[in-house]
Amino acid sequence: MKGDHHMILRVIAKCLIPLIVIYAFYVQFHGEVSAGGAFQAGVVLAVALILNALVFGLTATMRAVPPWFTRSLSAVGVMIYAGVGVWAMLKGGHYLEYQALFGEGPGGHDGQHAGIIIIEVGVLFAVSGALTTIFYALAGRVAEIRDEDW
Amino acid sequence: MILESLLVSAPEWAIDHAPVLIPVVPLIMAAMLALSPSGRLSWILSMVATAASFYFALLTLGRIQSAPGGIIEYWIGNWDVIGIEFRVDALNAMILLLVTGMGFLASIFAWSTIVAEVQKQKISLFLSAFLLCFAGLCGVTATGDAFNLFVFLEISSLSTYVLVAMGASRDRRALTSAFDYLIMGTLGASFYIIGVGFLYAATGTLNMAELAAQLPALSGNRSVQVGFAFIIVGLGLKAAMWPLHQWLPNAYAYSPSFVTMFLAATATKVALYAMIRWLFTIFNPDYAFEQAIFTFILAPLGIAAMVICSFQAVFQTDVRRMLAYSSVAQVGYMILGISIATTAGVAAGLLHLFNHSLIKGALFMAIAGICINYKGTTIRDFAGLGRSAPFTMAAFAIAALSLIGVPLTAGFISKLQLGYALFEHGWWWAVLLVVFSSFLAVLYVGRILQSIFFMPPANPRKTRKEAPLLLLVPLWILALANIYFGIDANFPAGLARDGAIAALGLEAFQ
Repeated sequence: MKGDHHMILRVIAKCLIPLIVIYAFYVQFHGEVSAGGAFQAGVVLAVALILNALVFGLTATMRAVPPWFTRSLSAVGVMIYAGVGVWAMLKGGHYLEYQALFGEGPGGHDGQHAGIIIIEVGVLFAVSGALTTIFYALAGRVAEIRDEDW
Repeated sequence: MILESLLVSAPEWAIDHAPVLIPVVPLIMAAMLALSPSGRLSWILSMVATAASFYFALLTLGRIQSAPGGIIEYWIGNWDVIGIEFRVDALNAMILLLVTGMGFLASIFAWSTIVAEVQKQKISLFLSAFLLCFAGLCGVTATGDAFNLFVFLEISSLSTYVLVAMGASRDRRALTSAFDYLIMGTLGASFYIIGVGFLYAATGTLNMAELAAQLPALSGNRSVQVGFAFIIVGLGLKAAMWPLHQWLPNAYAYSPSFVTMFLAATATKVALYAMIRWLFTIFNPDYAFEQAIFTFILAPLGIAAMVICSFQAVFQTDVRRMLAYSSVAQVGYMILGISIATTAGVAAGLLHLFNHSLIKGALFMAIAGICINYKGTTIRDFAGLGRSAPFTMAAFAIAALSLIGVPLTAGFISKLQLGYALFEHGWWWAVLLVVFSSFLAVLYVGRILQSIFFMPPANPRKTRKEAPLLLLVPLWILALANIYFGIDANFPAGLARDGAIAALGLEAFQ
């Protein structure tokens, strides 16, 4: 496009956004063994969307990732987390007792592994969904009175 | 009794997991409601969730009453003492029953008022926020972990700010009052967490029972005392303890009527419960610094609340603001009862907490019924409503008399108990002040009742128009409960006594 002042910004952003998303998933799946975790991953994932909205415009981003989707994402995240708790209960354990997920005896670690990863996915959904929803709500707000009407 | 037959008929898993299911069921349901396409479906699901919580609260209470010295310990994730514990004894079983019961009644009448006051496409999200708030309050009450209490407190507070702000479609001032509440509530929560931080630094544990075991050795420790002060101020803010109550009148006056009813009946009560828990179970009234706080801070503040805020209530023109000031005054009675720090005093405080929840629940529910048909909540708007809506207003009058403390109502019993406890403690002058503040209650309640029953309708077009049946049924349940518990107070008084005994750590159920 001729006369586009933000050419460099757009190109750089286009390169960066996929990297940010990949980094988010790195933080997510590495959180178990090193620093990081689902909360940070969710924030980084939301940042990718927010950067997209800042550079390419809110409407374009909302078309790609609609607000109802981000809102539902956070609700689903909560359900995943709480659902793991209920799953453990159904298996005869206490609420959120990962050990009970697969009915293993002491010494088995599959339940601990799976439980942590699943709830972390829930947290990722909830955090990235909630942050994007908040951003949409703030950025998409239309002033009820125009400035000239004051 | 009913509780025993419930226990017998309940499946084993329900009894085992009851304490944790009380908050978990509404929490999951809240997430589902955020996805629900229709408002009516959301309403039915929210009733199901609150009813389930109520059922589990009854089971918990039954389990505690059947086991002597009853404490239920539930370790989340089975991590033992390093994890989160849900710990229910006679004290929080009572509060759980109250919160879930009021939440259930609130969700029944919710439909008729939120249809009138909330935009159609927001009803599902509104109810979702309500369930989050409900789950948070239940969690605060059930948990046995100091930090977990903070998390649940924030869950309930954040959703409360949203709920209060929803009143903006009717009155824009709801936005500023929600913002005030947000600032004050966040301050309260931060103070609480700072205090917990100090205690954690001193003891290295967040489990309440563990804290209680470690603190006697550390009662001279400065960081423990600082932590205690922060926690009491933080919870005092949440409980609207005078003079930290400034957020309350506006939040009650401008939020949707449904929210006002639910908050008035539960939110400050839960914060007060947390305060009792800290004052008596975790800390111990024997510590020198706590004695001083009872006599020189809590008692004067309680008395100031019940006198000053009753005065302020007399001069209000808006019925909801008037009752909001009255709520702060009633919190004053409870704090006065707690500050005596005897079993009788704490029991009187708890009983008043229970009865006041019934009273304010009924009053604000009746006002919600009026808001549906007549708009306007100033005293002038209430003129002549005794003729236009006799059933709604009769229930209102019963609850109003109970608020004053007329004999044969629940309010009388709890004020009587408070009076006995004060006399026993030798504070006869405080009894006089309680009587004086009840006299002020006669004045402000009298102003409303006079307008309702003895003034001609301000607007002659007002025809007979009752509140819908969905509202009248829970309203009359509350109104009749006010009378029933005024005549036969064994049930709430027993709960309060057991709660006080559990709080003060004496031999329970002797």
